Amino acid sequence: MIKIDLRRIWLWLTAHIDSLLLSFMLMLMLIGLIVLYSATGQDLGKTTGQMLNMLVALMAMWVVANVSPQHIARAALPVYGLGLLLLIGVALFGDVSHGARRWLNIGIRIQPSEMMKLAVPLMLAWYLDRREKNLNLKDFGVAVLMLVVPVGLIVKQPDLGTALLISASGFYVLFLAGLSWRIILGLVAMGAASAPILWSLMHDYQRQRILTLIDPSQDPLGAGYHIIQSSIALGSGGIFGKGWFNGTQAHLDFLPERTTDFVFAVYAEEFGLAGNLILLAVYVLVIGRGLVIAAKAPTLFSRLLAGSITLTFFTYAFVNMGMVSGILPVVGVPLPLISYGGTSMVTLLVGFGMLMSIQTHRKLVQS
Amino acid sequence: MKRPTELRNHQRELYYFRWRLGIAAAGAVLLFTLLVGRFFFLQVVQHEYFHTLAENNRISIVPVVPNRGLILDRNGIVLAHNYSAYTLEITPSKIKDLETTINGLAVLVDIQPRDRKRFRKLLEESRNFESLPIRARLNDIEVARFTANRFRFPGVDIKARLFRHYPKGELASHAIGHIGRINEADLDRLEASEDMANYRGSDHIGKLGIEQSYEKQLHGVTGFEQVETDAGGRAIRTLSRRAPVSGNDLTLTLDSRLQEVAEKAFAQYRGALVAIDPKSGEVLAFISKPGFDPNLFIDGIDPVNWDALNNSLDKPLNNRALRGQYPPGSTFKPFMALAGLELGKRTPSYTISDPGFFTLPGNAHHYRDWKVGGHGSVDLHKSIVISCDTYYYGLANDLGPDNIFNFIGQFGFGKKTGIDIEGETTGLLPSREWKMKRYKQKWYAGDTISVGIGQGYNLATPLQLAFATAVLANNGTVIRPHLVRSIFDPVTNQTRTVPAAKPVATLTLKPENLELVRRAMIDVTQPGGTAARVGVGAPYLTAGKTGTAQVIAIKQTEKYVESRVSERNRDHALFIAYAPADDPKIAMAILVENGGHGGSTAGPIARIVLDYFLLGKAPPPPVPPIEAIEEEHD
Repeated sequence: MIKIDLRRIWLWLTAHIDSLLLSFMLMLMLIGLIVLYSATGQDLGKTTGQMLNMLVALMAMWVVANVSPQHIARAALPVYGLGLLLLIGVALFGDVSHGARRWLNIGIRIQPSEMMKLAVPLMLAWYLDRREKNLNLKDFGVAVLMLVVPVGLIVKQPDLGTALLISASGFYVLFLAGLSWRIILGLVAMGAASAPILWSLMHDYQRQRILTLIDPSQDPLGAGYHIIQSSIALGSGGIFGKGWFNGTQAHLDFLPERTTDFVFAVYAEEFGLAGNLILLAVYVLVIGRGLVIAAKAPTLFSRLLAGSITLTFFTYAFVNMGMVSGILPVVGVPLPLISYGGTSMVTLLVGFGMLMSIQTHRKLVQS
Repeated sequence: MKRPTELRNHQRELYYFRWRLGIAAAGAVLLFTLLVGRFFFLQVVQHEYFHTLAENNRISIVPVVPNRGLILDRNGIVLAHNYSAYTLEITPSKIKDLETTINGLAVLVDIQPRDRKRFRKLLEESRNFESLPIRARLNDIEVARFTANRFRFPGVDIKARLFRHYPKGELASHAIGHIGRINEADLDRLEASEDMANYRGSDHIGKLGIEQSYEKQLHGVTGFEQVETDAGGRAIRTLSRRAPVSGNDLTLTLDSRLQEVAEKAFAQYRGALVAIDPKSGEVLAFISKPGFDPNLFIDGIDPVNWDALNNSLDKPLNNRALRGQYPPGSTFKPFMALAGLELGKRTPSYTISDPGFFTLPGNAHHYRDWKVGGHGSVDLHKSIVISCDTYYYGLANDLGPDNIFNFIGQFGFGKKTGIDIEGETTGLLPSREWKMKRYKQKWYAGDTISVGIGQGYNLATPLQLAFATAVLANNGTVIRPHLVRSIFDPVTNQTRTVPAAKPVATLTLKPENLELVRRAMIDVTQPGGTAARVGVGAPYLTAGKTGTAQVIAIKQTEKYVESRVSERNRDHALFIAYAPADDPKIAMAILVENGGHGGSTAGPIARIVLDYFLLGKAPPPPVPPIEAIEEEHD
């Protein structure tokens, strides 16, 4: 008879889990469930569904956390290569839905751009780590190319939100790796200079989003509708909010996509400025913990990866809240760990799994 | 030596990395601070503003349309009522592609091409942002089918609405009229009358007849509900409510059974009949044949039915009783006779010798009597009984146009009767001034001659004729004819009778003169009279007078032969009557278009109506149309 040693099992389960990071994350996820229950009109089914999504994502995180950074680094090239291939596949034979070509049907419908959210920083971190000994401008050039190719393919789908996040994650790697300020400023200047060209390449709906940001009232029933209604939701929420389930904007259907991209409007309407500050504080905790992990990371690869994942997570949150509160154009970026949806939850938690792996394998490396 | 360098290198690298990480963190903090600022601006600084916007989003004031009052006949038989049913309504302003939407709906709900056409027509006439019915009276299955698919059709909704219905269809349609959808012209009128607020939510308004003239009483007072609505404008729940006040119910003076009997009596003929209770001015029957089904007009008539009604040669939409102007013909003679007696131009015993024509002194023109060779010696009594034209040519000449205009005008000729529905025409009782104004010509003696027998410039509506007959039957007491007897207010539970039942004037007429005319008119319906068939075997006495209104002019040298004239050019038959002659309970005028002689086509209709009204006798089964037999003439 084998005596089940609970302590050992517990140790085995938690060995590679960063408890601080996990608890901050769980706080966000709990907030997510609370607001989702309200946003779905107290739909227990959908809320439980989201809990299942979280559970699956947590398991994926646990698996990744148990893989050592060295092994993760080894996966960088194959994952990136596969992702790029699939993206090309999408561009050639992808399924079109809602005017965008984002999905590839290989028995099941997959969205390769989602995978690239992690594959790109992974690849860049791995590549720069390999060239660590004598990192020069050419290496940065190659890295930029590694970033620009998938981003270009995603912009073409078109999926502006994902392209933006992937660009950000790649940029963070380059920035943290020490890309010189001169080049950064040069890139910014180039970006500004290429804005008119970019404008001419944009799809009508993308241009409309930007125009709408400048003046939402121009098209109150069309593109401006989202921004106007979410601003009303936020503003009418006031300091302490209307209370759980009492958001009129949310429950009377004025808010579009209120369980996904605009879930923050529901939250802000029902919990007000106070709720927003609490939410921001928890985000700060998660991001802070991520930055600490990055700062303590032993290798360049793990540092760059951890830093990029954390800062990308921040970008998610900032872009989403900025868009809902009307200071950024409407791009399809969910509020991380809060918005309904399984795919982005898994991607995010796999990223956090990598952070945990970096943190918990650190001692092993040092010792 | 190498290792420390590497370590130092490593330390430097780490330091550099952390420096960059710190910059990024600072950037993140900065951006989050920016968000906090934005939140503060929206949620604190502009909170009031957005709060108002959210409330406006949330709460809308929805008018609650009151029940329209019922219309009942004098015996309480329902002529217009409301029922609740579902309509499928589209708000065009919320829909991008109407055609696709309607096609989609057609899969769920039966939508006929005529529904589509009607909808197109409504669309052209509609107010902005109004929801328009594509289908009315959905059945339960259709309601269920649409409800299950509602999410696919934003801007389309099912509404429970009260529908107006006229259960008797064509019956008395020209009196009752109908309601219809509010159009631009109605809106302008409502805005001018400051009734607009009361019509917020109303889609319909009285367009014709009693429905139109008693709109104020029938409509009721619109209530309001404060409701919480969602972004699709659908009401979620009611926050507060002010109940609507139902419209008043109208009891008409019409006897719908009498109306029905009379309408049937017309058989295939076109024409009009107005029957009035002479003692009260109550209109007992009001007929314009053919009629139309008012139910077709309620939600906008479809083009097929509209064309059928509008282009019909029979002109069913024409209200002949109210607006049709016809020469009164010989029905004018009793009034002329009374004028002669009252103004001292004739005595009962004054007799003429009728050669079959009349000539003015110094003029060769023959004013012909309808009877070639004349009626021999004719006094006042005989002039009415056999309808002698020559007698009245002379009388008219002796009276002169001013006397005719002034005396006969008292019976309402040439003026609106003031009946309580709109659109009445005035008819025409010619005068010197009128002729000067109209034709810039002086009055000729010849003009008077033809006026004397109700021809020439003379025009009267069937309503005017019935009214004049009622005044005559009532010995000169003038009571405005009216269609509404009483108005019931369901809120106060009070019924008030319409004040019009009081006499507005009494003509000074000598009883013996009235009696002379009455006796002559009675004999019209007795053997030897022009409408002998009307009186045959009746247990009551009827005073009547036949008349013929010419449709085409006959040349001096020609004789009017009915069989040679195409049907639509045949003379109109007229008949006025009141009965029982000694105590009149009903006075009426009948016009049968192209009916030939008054006695042969209009007279039998009068008999059926009188038998029913006075004796309660059911009319005989309708006889197949017979070619008019020339046994009587007028």
